[in-house]
Amino acid sequence: MTDHEHADHAHEHPTWKQYKWVALILTLITVVEVWVYYTPFKDSPLFVPTLLIMSAVKFAIVVLFYMHLRYDHKLFKALFTGPLIIAICTLTALMFLFGKFSL
Amino acid sequence: MANTAATQTTAAPHAAYESGLWSWIATVDHKRIGTLYLFTALFFFLFGGLEAFLMRLQLAQPNGHVVSAELYNQLFTMHGTTMVFLAIMPLSAAFFNYLIPLQIGARDVAFPRLNAFSYWVYLLGAIFITVPIFFELAPNGGWFGYAPLTTIQFSGGLNIDFWVMGLQILGISSLAAAFNFITTIINLRAPGMTLMRMPMFTWMSFIVQFLLILAFPAITVALVFLLFDRFFGTNFYTLAAGADPLLWQHLFWIFGHPEVYILILPAFGLVSEILPTFSKKPLFGYHVMVYSGIMIGFLGFGVWAHHMFAVGMGATADAIFAMATMLIAIPTGVKIFNWIATMWAGEVSFTTPMKFAIGLLALFTIGGISGVMHSSAPADTQQTDTYFVVAHFHYVLFGGSIMGIFGGIYFYFPKMFGRYMSESLGNWHFWLNFIGMNLTFFPMHFSGMLGMPRRIYSYDAGQGWEKFNMASTIGTVLLIIATLIFVINFLKSRKGGSVAPNDAWGAGTLEWSIPSPPPDYNFAQIPTVTSRYPLWDLKHPEMTSDISHASPDAATVADAHAAPMHEETGGKTAAELGIPMPFSTLKPLFAALGLVIMFAGLLFMHTDKFALAMTTTIGGAALLIGSLYAWLTSPLE
Amino acid sequence: MANAHAAESASHAHEHVHEHVHEHVHYTTTGLDHKKIAIWAFIGSECMLFISLISTYLIYKGRSVVGPFPHEAWTSPSGQLFAPILNIPVTSASTFVLLMSSLFMVLALEAVEHKGNPAYANNIRGNSKFWLMATAIAGATFLGFQAYEFTSFVHEGLTIRTNLFGSSFFTLTGFHGAHVTVGVLWILTLFAMDYSRGLTKKDTVLVDICALYWHFVDVVWIAIFTLVYLIK
Repeated sequence: MTDHEHADHAHEHPTWKQYKWVALILTLITVVEVWVYYTPFKDSPLFVPTLLIMSAVKFAIVVLFYMHLRYDHKLFKALFTGPLIIAICTLTALMFLFGKFSL
Repeated sequence: MANTAATQTTAAPHAAYESGLWSWIATVDHKRIGTLYLFTALFFFLFGGLEAFLMRLQLAQPNGHVVSAELYNQLFTMHGTTMVFLAIMPLSAAFFNYLIPLQIGARDVAFPRLNAFSYWVYLLGAIFITVPIFFELAPNGGWFGYAPLTTIQFSGGLNIDFWVMGLQILGISSLAAAFNFITTIINLRAPGMTLMRMPMFTWMSFIVQFLLILAFPAITVALVFLLFDRFFGTNFYTLAAGADPLLWQHLFWIFGHPEVYILILPAFGLVSEILPTFSKKPLFGYHVMVYSGIMIGFLGFGVWAHHMFAVGMGATADAIFAMATMLIAIPTGVKIFNWIATMWAGEVSFTTPMKFAIGLLALFTIGGISGVMHSSAPADTQQTDTYFVVAHFHYVLFGGSIMGIFGGIYFYFPKMFGRYMSESLGNWHFWLNFIGMNLTFFPMHFSGMLGMPRRIYSYDAGQGWEKFNMASTIGTVLLIIATLIFVINFLKSRKGGSVAPNDAWGAGTLEWSIPSPPPDYNFAQIPTVTSRYPLWDLKHPEMTSDISHASPDAATVADAHAAPMHEETGGKTAAELGIPMPFSTLKPLFAALGLVIMFAGLLFMHTDKFALAMTTTIGGAALLIGSLYAWLTSPLE
Repeated sequence: MANAHAAESASHAHEHVHEHVHEHVHYTTTGLDHKKIAIWAFIGSECMLFISLISTYLIYKGRSVVGPFPHEAWTSPSGQLFAPILNIPVTSASTFVLLMSSLFMVLALEAVEHKGNPAYANNIRGNSKFWLMATAIAGATFLGFQAYEFTSFVHEGLTIRTNLFGSSFFTLTGFHGAHVTVGVLWILTLFAMDYSRGLTKKDTVLVDICALYWHFVDVVWIAIFTLVYLIK
C-alpha cells in the first residue's frame, strides 16, 4: 500500500451507475431471502446457513461499496474489521456457552 | 470546527478566562483537563481508601462492631466501584490527557471540547454515585452488581439505581475520551513520529483506548437490561420468566476482564518511561513490548469466563478459558523480563519514581503469579470468593496500577508544576507504602487459604483468621500514613519544591524538550522526530546510537512547517506566535449536566412520582441536545 | 493495527486537503479528517453494542415460558390462541425502504462531493437537498413501519414485559430504532444546513460521517432481519 492509493480514493469512488447496481443486487438478495422463507426449503438443514451467507454478503456489499471501505484508507479497514472480528468471536463463544451450538 | 479546515481568527478573545476558577471551569486545554482529572481522582482515591480503612477496622478483630452489616455492604461495593471507576481509571486518564499530546508532539487532543465533556461527565457521575453513602443509600450489591441479586425483587430501594445509572454515566465519559484519544494518536503525531517511534506510554494508552471502546458496550447493554428490569418491568434477569442467571455474569465479565487491562496497561506505560530514564538506556526490546501489549489487549477479550469457573460451565469451556488465561501470562512475563533487561548494565539511579517503578515490577509479579494459579479451574474453584482472590487482585491493582501511577506522579510532577516533589518525603512514602501494602495484602493469601470468604462483615474467633486480619489492619494504618505523607508532599511541592528545568530527569522523549510547566500551545514549533528518543539524539547521541534512526520525509516536514528537533524556552504567548488556540467554553459542561440530569430523573420513578421523573428526564435531555447543537455549531477556535 | 499505517508520509494526502482549504491548515499525520477517524472508531464500538444485544436475543430465543412467540402459535392456559407474531411481509417492506435509504444517502454524498462539477450541476445527480430529504423520508418511513409493528404487537398481547422474547425483541429493535431516529435528525440537520447556506465541496466530510453512520445502521438491520425475522 502506498500513499497514492489512499490519497486518490476520492477519485476511485464507485460511479452513479455502480451504486444503482449495488442497490439492485441488495434488493434481489432480499427478495430471495424472503422468498425462501415461504418455500419448503425453510425446513432444510441448509436453510439457516444459506440465510446467514446471504445476509453476510449484503452486509459486506454495503460496507465495501456504500461505506467505501473497498476504496478508502486502510486505516478505516483496520478500525472496522478489528472490532467486528472481536464482536463476532464473542457472539460465537456466547452461543457455545449457552448451549445454542455444540460440537 | 474542523481541525483541517480554515481558521480566520488568531486573536483569541478568551483573555478573561486565563486565570482563576473560571479559567478551569471553561477550559478545553488538555493539560488543564489532565490536572483536573489528577486532583479529582486523587480525592476519590483518598475517599476509597477511607472506605477500605473502615472495613479493615471492622475486620481487625472477630465480631467487630464498627459498622453495621448493611453499611459494610455499601462500603465494599463503593470501595471497589470508587477505586476502579473513580480513582485508577481517571488517574490513568489524567496521564492520557496530560501526556499523549506532549509525547506525540501535538498542541492539543483532536477534539478539545469533547475532552472537557469527558471530564465533566466523570466529575458529575462520580458525585452522583458517591453522595448516597452519606445517607446510607449507597449501592450495596458488590462492584460487579450480579443480577438477579441486583434486580428489584432482591434489591429494592434506590441503592442499586444509583449504581446502575452512575456506571452508565461514567461509561459515557470513558467512551467519549477513548474516541478522542484514538483519533489524537492516529492523526496528531509530529512529522517523523511513526507508530514504532511512539513513546511506550502512548502505545499502551493507544491499546487501552481500543479496550475501552470494545469493552464498555457490553456493560452498557447489561446495565440497560438491568435498568429496564428495574424501571420498566422487563424480564432479562427474572428467573421465573425463564431468564438465565449467567447472562449478567457473562456480559459483565466480557467488559470486566478487558477492564483489568484498562487498569494496568497505563501503569505499564508509565513504568516503561521511568525505567529507561533512570537506567540511562533505551527500553529493551521496544518492538516486543509493543506486540506483547497488543497481545495482552487482544487475548484479554478471550478470557472473561475465568471469573466464572465456579458456576459450572462444563469441562470444555473451563479448559478453553483456562488455557487462554495461561497464554496471557506469556506477553505479560515478556514485559517483566524486558524491564529487568532495561535496567541490566544501566547506570541506575534510585530516585523516588524509579523506586515505585521497581516496586511495580516486584509486586505485580507476585500478583501475576497468583493470577496464573487462578487460571487453573480446579485450583480456582477452591480459591473463588476467598481472601486469596482479594490478595491477588490487590497485588495487581495496588502493587501494579497504583505503584505505577505514583511513580508516574513523581516522575511527571516537575513537568506539570515546574517543581520537583521532595525526594526525602518521597522516600518515606515509598517505603511505608511498600511495607504497608505487603503487610495488608500478603496475609490475605493465608486467611484466604484458610477459607475466609470475601464480603463478610464479621467472623467468629477460633478459625485461625485473627492474626492475619490484625496484620492486614495494621498494614492499612501504614498505608494511610504513607498516603498522608504523599498528600503533604504533593501539596507543598507545588509551590515550595525546587525548580525543575525543561528536562527534569534527563529523559529522552518530546515532552521534556519544552518548558516545565508547558505553555498553553505546548510546542512553538512542531519538532521533527527521527528516532524513539529524540531528546537523547540531541543531547546524548551516544545513548541512542544502537537504535534505528531514519531521515524524515522532506516533503512532509516542509508541508507541516516542522522544525528540526530542538529544545524550547517558551515565554511567548500563543497570540505572539500566531498559534490559533481553541476558545474556552461552558457548552461541554452544560451538555454533561444535561446528561446527568437525564439519568437522575429516573430515580423519581421509584417513589411513584412518574410525572416528576419524566419532566426531569426530558428536561435533562433537552439541555443535553441544546448544548450539543450549540457546541457543534460554534467554531472551535 | 501496527502495520495499519507504518509507512505513512502523507504528502499526497495533503495535496488532496489543499484542494479545498485556502488558509491555515492544521497538520494531521495521515492527511485524513479527525472526524472520519472518530466515526469509524465509534462504529467499531457500536459493533460490540449490537453484538451484545443480538447475543442476548439469541440466548433467550425459545426460552420464554409464556407466549406470544415469534414463529410459533401459542395457546394460553385460558385457551386463547395466539398466532405467530412476526409479520414478515410488513418487515420485508420496511427492510426494502431502509436499503433504498442507503442508496439515497450515498447519492447525497456523491452530490455534495461533486459540488462545482459542471456534469453534476443543474441535474438531479447534483441535487444534494433532494437526496438528503429522500433519505430522511425513507428513514422516517422505516420508523413508521416500526411504530406500526410495535403497536400491533401490543394489541396482539406482546409487550416488553410479557416474556423474554418481548423483552429482548423490543430492546434490540428499539435500540436500532433509536439509532435510526438519531440518524434521521442528523440528516435533517444536514438538509437544514444545505437549505440555509448550501453545502459545498468543503462540507463533504460532514455528509460522509453521517453517511457512514447511516449505512452502519442499515447493516445492523440486515443482520437483525435475518437473525430475528427469518431464522426460526
